Amino acid sequence: MGKLIVPPPIFGAACVALFLGLVEFLLSVGLLNQFVIPFPSAVLGSFWRLFEEEQLLHRLVVTGAEALSASMLVVAFGVGIGVLLHKRRILRLATEPWIAAAAAAPIVLAYPLFLVIFGRSSATIVAMGFVAGLAPVILKTVEGFQGVKKSFLNVGRSYNLSPGQLFWKIQFPASIPTIFTGIRLGLIFTLINLIGVEFLINFGGLGQLINDLAERYDLPGVFATIIFVILVSVVIFSLLERLERWLRPVR
Amino acid sequence: MSGSHPEDDEDMRAANAKLRLASDTTDEVDLVIQDVSMRFNTREGTVTAVDGVSFEIKRGEFVSIIGPSGCGKSTVFNILGGLVRGYEGSVTVGGEQISGPHASIGMVFQEESTFPWRTVIDNVAFPLEVKGVGKNERYEVARKFIDMVGLAGFEQRYPAELSGGMRQRVAIARTLVFEPKILLMDEPFAALDEQTRVLLGDKVLKIQQELRQTTLLITHNITEAVQLSDRVLIMTFRPGKVKRVVDIRLPRPRTGDVVGSDAFGRYVAEIWNDLREEASRGMAEAEDGARMRKA
Repeated sequence: MGKLIVPPPIFGAACVALFLGLVEFLLSVGLLNQFVIPFPSAVLGSFWRLFEEEQLLHRLVVTGAEALSASMLVVAFGVGIGVLLHKRRILRLATEPWIAAAAAAPIVLAYPLFLVIFGRSSATIVAMGFVAGLAPVILKTVEGFQGVKKSFLNVGRSYNLSPGQLFWKIQFPASIPTIFTGIRLGLIFTLINLIGVEFLINFGGLGQLINDLAERYDLPGVFATIIFVILVSVVIFSLLERLERWLRPVR
Repeated sequence: MSGSHPEDDEDMRAANAKLRLASDTTDEVDLVIQDVSMRFNTREGTVTAVDGVSFEIKRGEFVSIIGPSGCGKSTVFNILGGLVRGYEGSVTVGGEQISGPHASIGMVFQEESTFPWRTVIDNVAFPLEVKGVGKNERYEVARKFIDMVGLAGFEQRYPAELSGGMRQRVAIARTLVFEPKILLMDEPFAALDEQTRVLLGDKVLKIQQELRQTTLLITHNITEAVQLSDRVLIMTFRPGKVKRVVDIRLPRPRTGDVVGSDAFGRYVAEIWNDLREEASRGMAEAEDGARMRKA
């Protein structure tokens, strides 16, 4: 393979800039409808306004706190339930197909139920995020533990490890890569649902802002907020990747 | 842990080597396997994997068990390591009957068994860590054995950064760090290429001679068995029995160079003669099985 002329990130940024320039051009000559698609320049220009007038940072903190609470619940319960299912075969065999089905179901549609239980509050939002992200973490935890190499377990047995040592020194670290796949997937679901429910019940942080701006027909603001959410997600998942690498340096 | 190695005593070691050359050593017996049988229940009925196997290994002796696939040699490995129960007969180590994994037996497995999430030194120090040995002390011991298997300088690497042969050496060091009386190895070099295998065999031989480590090697590789062993036990195809014992009277200390010698060739031919029959039986049975499944 030949040497790359430009670094990939720069090439990517150039493509995006080119695309935005094209959209800007098509909008200005009237080939695209500016009542449906805002000018990219207007979207970029509305960022400061979002920070100044719509308390974007504060809303980020609100959504971030909800996301953090839901994520912690997802990881704690997901991994915990996964370990339980790994240890209790009957539970695993009985529930695994249901959990797999739940992972694929549009759980967000259950939000009215949560509204009735928790009211129009952060609790509803966190609960929805939690429920949405739980299934993949459980499934991948079970998969991770079931897939621990027999030779690793035999090494443990040959040193007469206690069940606790076997778990913490061998089974758990051996499962971490698979568990992390589940966590990454689960947190994506959690984040999507969290912001989706904020939008739906018009409460909380970034999701509510998108809803507000949409109702005010502030198209550049809506697009800017969506872009902001995407950027935040990118940051979160690259942090998660670092955490994983720190836990399991080389795979 | 056994502290009975006459460490760094050249004369003693030379004397022992001579004694072992004479084969009928009067050394202490480390491992006694008496009339061990193992049956498995399968859908086709009861299969006798191992049938009345008896042998002894003297202190410091290197014994190989060789046999075709399906002769139950890995079952013997698992029985001696205490990983399977429900066998008949008895296994005693230094006079003590074993039931379950035993501190005086160290096992090196055929499959990849180094922990990918631990560095080389943390892999090697693992057995000491789980026994609660402090970090400095266990690292010090681990370094000694890492050095012995020729991996000094790789302490902080992860297994994924090493070759297959290096990883297997990590596994061997991890087993030796516990200073087991008896080292059990189940085809530790099976996944390696022939050249690496001979060179690694050399390394194992050197370590074994240095530690005077009682060693039992399970293998299906004749060259390896002759290169390393004082005695080779040939097992029959199912049910696995000891068919014959071949004393390898090649001079010690040995190196990989012995592989080219005439005497070496004669031993290989002799063992192959016995093994060929068993291997063909194994092959025929496998083909029958395949045919029956097809029908």
